[in-house]
Amino acid sequence: MNRQTQKRLLGIAALVVTAVIWQIVAEYVVGRSFILPSVTDVAGAFANLLESGTLLADIAVSLEHFGIGLLAAFFLGVPIGILMGWFRVADFLLDPIIEILRPIPPLAWIPFAIIWFGLTTQAAGFVIFAGAFFPILTATYSGFRDVPKVFVEAGKVLGCDTSFELIRHVALPAAIPAIASGIRIAMGVGWMCLVAAEMFGVSRYGLGYQLWHNYYLHQMPNVVVYMLILGFAGLIIDRIFRNYVDGQLLRWRAGEVA
Amino acid sequence: MSGVTIRDLSKAFPKEDGTATQALAGVNLEISDEEFICLVGPSGCGKTTLLRIIAGLETATTGDVTVDGRAVTGPDPKRGMVFQEYSLFPWRRVIDNVAFGLEMKGVAKEERRRTADYYLELVGLSQFRDAYPYELSGGMRQRVAIARALANDPDVLLMDEPFGALDAQTRNRMQKELLSLWEQTKKTIVFVTHSVDEAVYLSDRIVVLSPRPGSIREIIDIPWSRPRDRTSAEFAEVRRRVLRMIDETENAQ
Repeated sequence: MNRQTQKRLLGIAALVVTAVIWQIVAEYVVGRSFILPSVTDVAGAFANLLESGTLLADIAVSLEHFGIGLLAAFFLGVPIGILMGWFRVADFLLDPIIEILRPIPPLAWIPFAIIWFGLTTQAAGFVIFAGAFFPILTATYSGFRDVPKVFVEAGKVLGCDTSFELIRHVALPAAIPAIASGIRIAMGVGWMCLVAAEMFGVSRYGLGYQLWHNYYLHQMPNVVVYMLILGFAGLIIDRIFRNYVDGQLLRWRAGEVA
Repeated sequence: MSGVTIRDLSKAFPKEDGTATQALAGVNLEISDEEFICLVGPSGCGKTTLLRIIAGLETATTGDVTVDGRAVTGPDPKRGMVFQEYSLFPWRRVIDNVAFGLEMKGVAKEERRRTADYYLELVGLSQFRDAYPYELSGGMRQRVAIARALANDPDVLLMDEPFGALDAQTRNRMQKELLSLWEQTKKTIVFVTHSVDEAVYLSDRIVVLSPRPGSIREIIDIPWSRPRDRTSAEFAEVRRRVLRMIDETENAQ
């Protein structure tokens, strides 16, 4: 048996054992599905939800909220990070503002998200943006600060005359690994904000919305189903992004990427 | 004609406390076209600073540098530079590293690849054209860096201890290859090195700098034909002379 299959088998075994223990504890120790739904309760709830047919819509709506927040964070975070990382004056100007805003927990923006955007898709997107923006900004900033000096000087002696050319042809490609890992962190934070962003009822669908909705209905097995879907979807999004980055953007780093 | 003229050059680096470190003082040097010059001297004598001023990466405090009659005001592809550290862009394939300068000039893709292929051939790395720098050994990376500088067809090739990080064997091979490149391309080369052996093997003239503030202590002509025999008596004699000069100045410090 080689290492890889051994790893797989042990992983599956651990999952099975956990499920069995969960089932025993839920059924014979706790004994109340409201406090701890058992594995079979959850499986049944999952089957019901599949039939009722809103799961796909929930996933689609959540991905929309997530996509809006993340795209906004990307298109604002990367350029501002570049400005601050490359131009010292921009750094001096913006750094104090960023340092004050950054420690504010993303969920603290919920009241203003509602006031500014109403109960809309954009409001949910804004909360996710508030979580995803700073990881992308700071990663871009430090990626630019850490561009090896010799690359910049090589760019200069090879004919990059302007800051724009140096950024485009030297600093940005050199900073891509840092920016990519910033986006990964941002996706994690943004996904965590999703449940809260959908809590205040911006839509009739959404994984986060359904999680709260089923809690109010005391359908705890359904809550567990949505929890697990949130976990799996987060995992899959991360895997897809990572494969894309390693396979397309960072082939030149060949396996160094964390 | 691509001579380099350095006149009354001095360089001071300002320090935090308001004083300044004098790195170079009163440097005068005339380098003629197609000449191979090595700059040697004790550590901290400013030889790299002098090279960087010629490249336009540093500005002189006083005095000036002209190449081909034109004053140096900033970096320019007409003065190619090979750095001591590995400076290839790791995100570009070898061929696109060599073509980088031409890309900045706006040369069309097909033409710049053709030119880059020519220079890759010249440094003997055609079979690695589509590799990424991480796939190359240290010696190969520096050969690509030389090809990248040459692809811009510079008047002068400036080299800052380019073989400093290589093992002794690779280093000797690279020296031979550099001489053959120099004979084929007829570039003026200014080469900074720590190794006196390397300087005697390579150059037409060795410029020995004195310690900080660096100035020219002596210029030694080496009129012998190439390839030179490192084991010959005259080679050893010149090497000893230069080493003693550097040692004396270092101890006098």
